Order: sequence, then structure tokens, then C-alpha cells
Amino acid sequence: MSGLLKRLQGLRKFLKLLLTHSMGRAGVVIFVILGIVVIFGPYMRTVDPMRTGVLENILQPPSSQFWFGTDHLARDVWSQTIYGARIALLVGFVAAAVTTAFGTMVGLVSGYFGGKIDEVIMRIVDFFMMLPYLPLMIVFAAVLGPSIWNIILVIGITYWPFTARVIRSQVLSLKERAFVEASRSVGASDNLLMFGEIMPNVVPLMFAEAVLMVTNAIYAEAVLAFLGLGDVSTMSWGIMLHFAYESGLMSMAPWWVIPPIACICATILGFTFLGTAVSDIMKPGYREARGL
Amino acid sequence: MALKGFAGFAIRKVSAAAITVFAIICFNFVLFRVIPGDPVRLMFGDPRVSAHKLQEMYEKFGLAGSLWDQFVAYLRQLFLHGDLGYSFARRAPVLEVIADKIPQTLMLILTALVIALVVGTLLGAITGWKTGTRLDSTIISVSLTLYSIPIFIIGIVVLLIFAFYLGIFPLGGMETIGAGLTGWAYWKDVLWHMFLPTCAIIIWYAGEYIIVTRNSMQEVLDQDYIISARAKGVKESTILLRHALRNAILPVVTITGINVAFAISGVIEAETVFAWPGMGRLVYASVMGRDYPVLQGLFLIFAVIVVVANLAVDLIYGKIDPRVTVGGGQ
Repeated sequence: MSGLLKRLQGLRKFLKLLLTHSMGRAGVVIFVILGIVVIFGPYMRTVDPMRTGVLENILQPPSSQFWFGTDHLARDVWSQTIYGARIALLVGFVAAAVTTAFGTMVGLVSGYFGGKIDEVIMRIVDFFMMLPYLPLMIVFAAVLGPSIWNIILVIGITYWPFTARVIRSQVLSLKERAFVEASRSVGASDNLLMFGEIMPNVVPLMFAEAVLMVTNAIYAEAVLAFLGLGDVSTMSWGIMLHFAYESGLMSMAPWWVIPPIACICATILGFTFLGTAVSDIMKPGYREARGL
Repeated sequence: MALKGFAGFAIRKVSAAAITVFAIICFNFVLFRVIPGDPVRLMFGDPRVSAHKLQEMYEKFGLAGSLWDQFVAYLRQLFLHGDLGYSFARRAPVLEVIADKIPQTLMLILTALVIALVVGTLLGAITGWKTGTRLDSTIISVSLTLYSIPIFIIGIVVLLIFAFYLGIFPLGGMETIGAGLTGWAYWKDVLWHMFLPTCAIIIWYAGEYIIVTRNSMQEVLDQDYIISARAKGVKESTILLRHALRNAILPVVTITGINVAFAISGVIEAETVFAWPGMGRLVYASVMGRDYPVLQGLFLIFAVIVVVANLAVDLIYGKIDPRVTVGGGQ
């Protein structure tokens, strides 16, 4: 109970720090708006974003019936925009979680055991980091076929080495610290040392990495969807732009392209701000310097 | 002695790069053989195709025989004949299809990179020089913002405004189709088509140069020799150009080599939006046409370009800075 209370207090303190950071504040605002849209989307006067309409409703400008107008198949752009937030956050969070978890695992094992294991793992990491990331994602997505889960997998495959490297270097310095030595000297097992002693200390770094990874994932989903590698049976902002571009009609319907563009930019910037703020706050001495 | 050190370093680096390239080739081979479903059948799209025709196609795409036989055949074709496979959609060897697009891509990317480098470095130097002023914070926030946004979005916005609504630039492509221009008029037409995609890449790419130069500039400006130059009463502009910028520019050179992967991503997005007939647009066309052999070839070429660029940066650094070549080159 007291553990939970302490954790809640820690969270409150963290949020307070985040809100005093100007970028953090902007990031939190964008994040909260997105959260509201994702949760209450179905109640926000939306219809099925994939439902095509009648001929007269094709490429209609915004009106009281269609708040953001309609696309080339007479589908409601407002609903597409609102539902697109769900895909963006789904891909962003799941991909970031998968990538960070896997990258952290690899970094932890590599850094902790060192020696031959470290060398082999780091060779693999370097190899993947060397590959040009967009072509890599494109060939994987093309080979795996269009689905939202494949996109998530592709993002994971592309970005895990970056997390692994960052975590590994942190683990390398942590494992030499006195508290790890102390634990080892009383006979703690490798598992306990890795997950009980070192892991809790890389969590803040892992968290900061995960927030920035959300940005990468949303970016990647948008680009892949735009390039025609997305799943056209689910509506995302990238897919909206793909349709608008492919149809050759986007100049006639600015209401069709402005919402997804604004949403992608706002979301990416929001998470970039949040990520920058989180890594600033996690830096040792940040609190002390501001008397918080 | 020094030469020997560098030679050893160079040999290590080159062999490491060669191993990486070989690994990429293997990776590429495996990747395109785990495709769910049968690519050949997929291309025909008609289940009634004859067994004889299928067999012929398997052989043409190097998909006949055991996986090991395929791998050996793939390597032999690649190394002995420079053969990257055969494009079904375009009915031509992949290498030919790609080679056809390389000049257009180089033209676009080199122009954009050079301008981005010059503009970005200058703006970065100014912001580093004037850190904390209004000018500095404006430039930095604008460039950070533009740098975070996917380049295809910058491209669409630029295209909509300048091509569709203002109509001062073409909608895409590389030349006015059917105009039959020659000589100077032709090149003027190409430059006119090139303007928007180049601008999109510059807008996106300059941001990074601005930030890197700014940081490096701030560091340099704290050095003793700048302070002593100031104390001697050297003109501010001379300090900026002669003393500070010259030393601040090294990290900029490094990121140019290392960020080739970024440049490739940028060019794929920009060429797609502006229908520029280069390698990036070819990526898009191959994705849309499910032309796996071309996609495979493009991936291999992009990856090799990145490896070679990194090798070049390593070697140049080893040459400039002797400390790098000591200590096993790790």
C-alpha cells in the first residue's frame, strides 16, 4: 500500500516537472487532446470512415453535414480524421512498446554479460543500424503484406538496434557500480542482478527512449501508408494522404489533405516535445538546478 | 610508420565494409524468399497458367531448385555478371531499370545537398554566433519543426501552394512532355521542374545542418583562441569566418557522410510526391506494381551506398586525425 502511494506521489512529481517544462506542457496538451479524440471518437458525430456515399456527395466542401467535407468516394473526412488518431496512437504506442522492450532486453543482456556475447550482439546491431531505414522498412512491408500489425513489426525490426545501443552503454556503466558489486558479493544470481538491480535503473532512460520511439513509429506509419504500403481497409492519416495523392484530385479538395497533414504534424511535434522534455527531466541535476 | 598505421587501419575498415556488404547480400536473398505466397503465381494472377510456363518463370527469377542452389546461382549471377535479376513489370534486367534512374536522382540529391549544406551551415553559424537572441530562437524552432515533419508532407504542401494554386511551377515530372525542347531550352525546363523537389529537400535537410553547426559553433566560441583574437581587437566578422567557422565545420562534414541513409529516405519521399523520374520514384512504382526484383535491387544498391559512404568518412577521418588509426581502430 505504501509502495503504491509512493509511486503515485512519484508520478505526481513527474507530471509537475513535465508541466513546468515549456515543451513538456505543449506535448501534454497535444497528448490530452489526442486521448480525448481516441476515447470519445465514436461520440463525436462520426460515421464509419470507410462507408462510401452517394454520387452527389463526392468531393463536397465542408458543410454542416460533413464537417470536413468528403473524399473521392464520398466518405466523411471528419470521421476519417478522428479515426485516424486511433491508428496513429495504436501504431505509435504498440510499436514503441515492442521496440523499446526488445531493444532494452538485448541491450541489457549484451551490456551485462559482455565478452563474446556482447561482441556478437553488437555486430548484429551495427549491421542493422547500417541499413538505410526507409528502404529497409519498405522492403519488409512489401514482403510481409499490408496490415497494421505488419507495419508495427516492421517499425520494431528497424528501430530496436537504436534502443539496444543506448541501453547497453548505460548498463555498461551501471554494472560496475558499488550497489551491483555489493549484491554480487552476497551471491545474487545473474537474473537477479540484471532484472532486480540494473533494470530498475535503466527504466527512466527506457521511458525517454519509448516516448521518442512513438514519434518514429507515427512518422514511419505515415510514410509507409503514403507510399502505398498501408492497409487500405483501416483509415489512417497516411492512407488519407495516399488516396488524396493517388486520385490526383487533392488540389480540388484542400479540406481532404489539410486535416491529415495538420494531425500528423501536431502529433509528431507533440511527441517530440514530450520526448525532449522527458529526457531533460531525467537528466541528473535537472530538479536541483530548478529547486524543485 | 604513420603510413603503415593508416594502411592497417584502412585494410581493417575496408574488409569490415566488405563483410557488411556480403551480409547485406545474404540478408537480401533471404528476405525475398520468405514472401508469404508464391511471387510467380502472384504475378500471373491467373490460376490456369500452364506448368511449363510456371517452370520457365521460376528459372527466369532464380527461384528454381533448392534454396542453396538458388543462393549459389544468385551469387554467381551477381558477382560474375553484375546481374540483379529480371523485372517482370518492366520486362528488362533490374540493373538496366535502375541504372536508367541513377543520373536523375544524383542530379536532384547533389544539388539539394550542396545548397542545404551551404545555407544550413551559414544559418547555423549565425545562430551559434547570436545564441539567445530572438533571431536565434526563431531559426532554431522553425528548423527543428521542419526537420521533424516527414518530407512528403512538406512536399505536398509546397506542391499544393506553388504548383496547384499559384501555378508558377509544374505539377511534377522532369520535363514538359511533348515539348520536344533541345539544348539550353531543355535544361531550363528541367531546372524549372527541379525547383520544387529541390526546395522540399533543402527545407527538410538544412535543419540538421543548422542545429549541428550551431552546437559546434557555440563550443568553438568558448575556446581560448577566440578570446585571444577578440582581445587582440580582430574584427568580429574575421573572427566569425576565419577563426570560428573553419573549426566549427568539421562535425558538419561528418554528418554529411553518416546521414546518407537520411538523404536516401528524403529522396524516396520527395521523388514520389513530385513524380521525379529517379530511383526514389522507382521504389514507389515497384511497391505499387509489386515488382519485387526491382525492389530487391534498389535495396541492395541503397545499402551498399550507405556502407561505402560510411567507409569513406572513416577513411577520411583516419587520414586527417592520426589518433583514430591507433588502438585497433575500434
